[in-house]
Amino acid sequence: MTRTRASGRTVGGLRTLLLQAPAVTLLLLWMIVPLGMTIWFSFQYYNLLMPGMSGFAGVENYEYLLTDPALWKAMGNTLLLVGWVLAITVGGGILLAVLFQQEFAGRGIARVLAISPFFVMPTVSALVWKNMMMHPSNGVLAWLANTLGLPAMDWFSTLPLTSIVIIVAWQWLPFALLILLTAMQSLDEDQVEAARMDGAGPFAIFFFITLPHLKRAISVVIMIEMIFLLTIFAEIFVTTSGGPGLATTNLAYLIYMQALLDFDVGVASAGGVIAIILANIVAIFLVRMVARNLED
Amino acid sequence: MTTRHINAAPPASRSRQIKQLVLTLVGWAVALAIFFPILWMVLTGFKTETAAIADPSFIFSPTLESYQAVNARSGYARFALNSVAVAFGSTFLALLIAIPCAYAMAFLPTRRTKGTLLWMLSTKMLPPVGVLVPIYLIFRDVGLLDTRTGLIIIYTLMNLPIVVWMLYTFFKDMPEDILEAGRMDGASTFQEVFYLLLPLTLPGIASTGLLSVILSWNEAFWSLNLTTSKAAPLTAYIASFSSPEGLFWAKLSAASTMAIAPILVLGWMTQKQMVRGLTFGAVK
Repeated sequence: MTRTRASGRTVGGLRTLLLQAPAVTLLLLWMIVPLGMTIWFSFQYYNLLMPGMSGFAGVENYEYLLTDPALWKAMGNTLLLVGWVLAITVGGGILLAVLFQQEFAGRGIARVLAISPFFVMPTVSALVWKNMMMHPSNGVLAWLANTLGLPAMDWFSTLPLTSIVIIVAWQWLPFALLILLTAMQSLDEDQVEAARMDGAGPFAIFFFITLPHLKRAISVVIMIEMIFLLTIFAEIFVTTSGGPGLATTNLAYLIYMQALLDFDVGVASAGGVIAIILANIVAIFLVRMVARNLED
Repeated sequence: MTTRHINAAPPASRSRQIKQLVLTLVGWAVALAIFFPILWMVLTGFKTETAAIADPSFIFSPTLESYQAVNARSGYARFALNSVAVAFGSTFLALLIAIPCAYAMAFLPTRRTKGTLLWMLSTKMLPPVGVLVPIYLIFRDVGLLDTRTGLIIIYTLMNLPIVVWMLYTFFKDMPEDILEAGRMDGASTFQEVFYLLLPLTLPGIASTGLLSVILSWNEAFWSLNLTTSKAAPLTAYIASFSSPEGLFWAKLSAASTMAIAPILVLGWMTQKQMVRGLTFGAVK
């Protein structure tokens, strides 16, 4: 917070303000205008297919949504999707990070291969899995099942949500791995060595040294994944379109259906507000944590 | 960890060698299992459509048939061009807006700087689906639906917080003495930024730009909802293969391979910086 520099030039608030103005103004608009409109629409009768109907709706859109079993189904699916993908990616990510931390021949290349799915666009991941992996008769998994003498499975009709979980977890496992591996590199080797000298086995080292060291990185992974996973869209759009029935409809897909398929702006906006509230509960914790990190 | 090592090893470390061997096998098995769908996609792209849906096999006579078909019939180049224009356009704009901002935050901090940074981060938390309706309606009314300009605007705003954050952390790492020295020699702010700051932090700026390109290239919520045909980037084009009529796995694979190859390579190159950007510096 020095007000004067060696050059004698004062650190002006005005110059700072002007330099930041474009970015701050744009982000402010980007946040406030659509947010305000979403909240406004959520209290209006507004259906693009019924131009005559308009006006203040009070909480009717919310009432409509909250009493619609589809919303609760979608909320349930959203939570299941987020919960399962988090469990798989964080659990798997920790194990993989420990594995890829060990020295072995070609480790560098193995690591690169393992993080690759994160860079694949979601529509490609979803379609490759849906067709070439999970297709009931021509997919690799069906072939594998047949070879082992098991019955082949029609993944998307028998276990639709599980199929989506598998695809999304495949995309995000590398993310968890990447972050946790990075965090692992700052692990104090001397401490591990000292523990080993004192007779600690690999499990003791993992539970009492590695895991506590990764705690912070794990919470970052959980929160960032949550923000993205709450609104998974493309994977559902190209594989199941939310079906069969509502089996794979999450909150994001429900809002999309209300808005761009049913053209009910009012109800879709009410759904949007619910999604924003959900995301914000998570966001508050993440922002707090980053803020704490900014101190040092 | 080479064969020479193994041959010369004394009997005492025999168990160590076995452990190494097991570790190597497990490590590679896991890595290949995770990578398998990508590998399979690349291979399928070089098969004929008949071979693509036949029993899985690594042995086949490779053909470029599908690549030719994708390029000739579906106008792959047009979608690729949209992706390039949108990803690089939005990245260029985001850098242009973010560099002055990050410069001010790093070198001319005020009491509000920390608050501003955190607020920027919080705009990233707004779920896109929450603002889909208003953005769609605004775009419809001003004629930005299905235009590259529309997507560029959205992606610029979407990535701006991350770009500012990453640039800020890179600028912060730069020793200020160098800038001071420049000022002593009478450099203006403009000269200071252009002749000292930018060249010295170029690697950081480049990796920030690459991250922004990767995120825009792979974005599939706005591209699916705001474009139909004219401005559709590769994410939306690939989605068009989801229609149930017929199985075009070889063509899907060829198109997908072309769509992800450049980004996969960029991702491999920038994985370290990626962590920094995606976690807002919370994990180093």
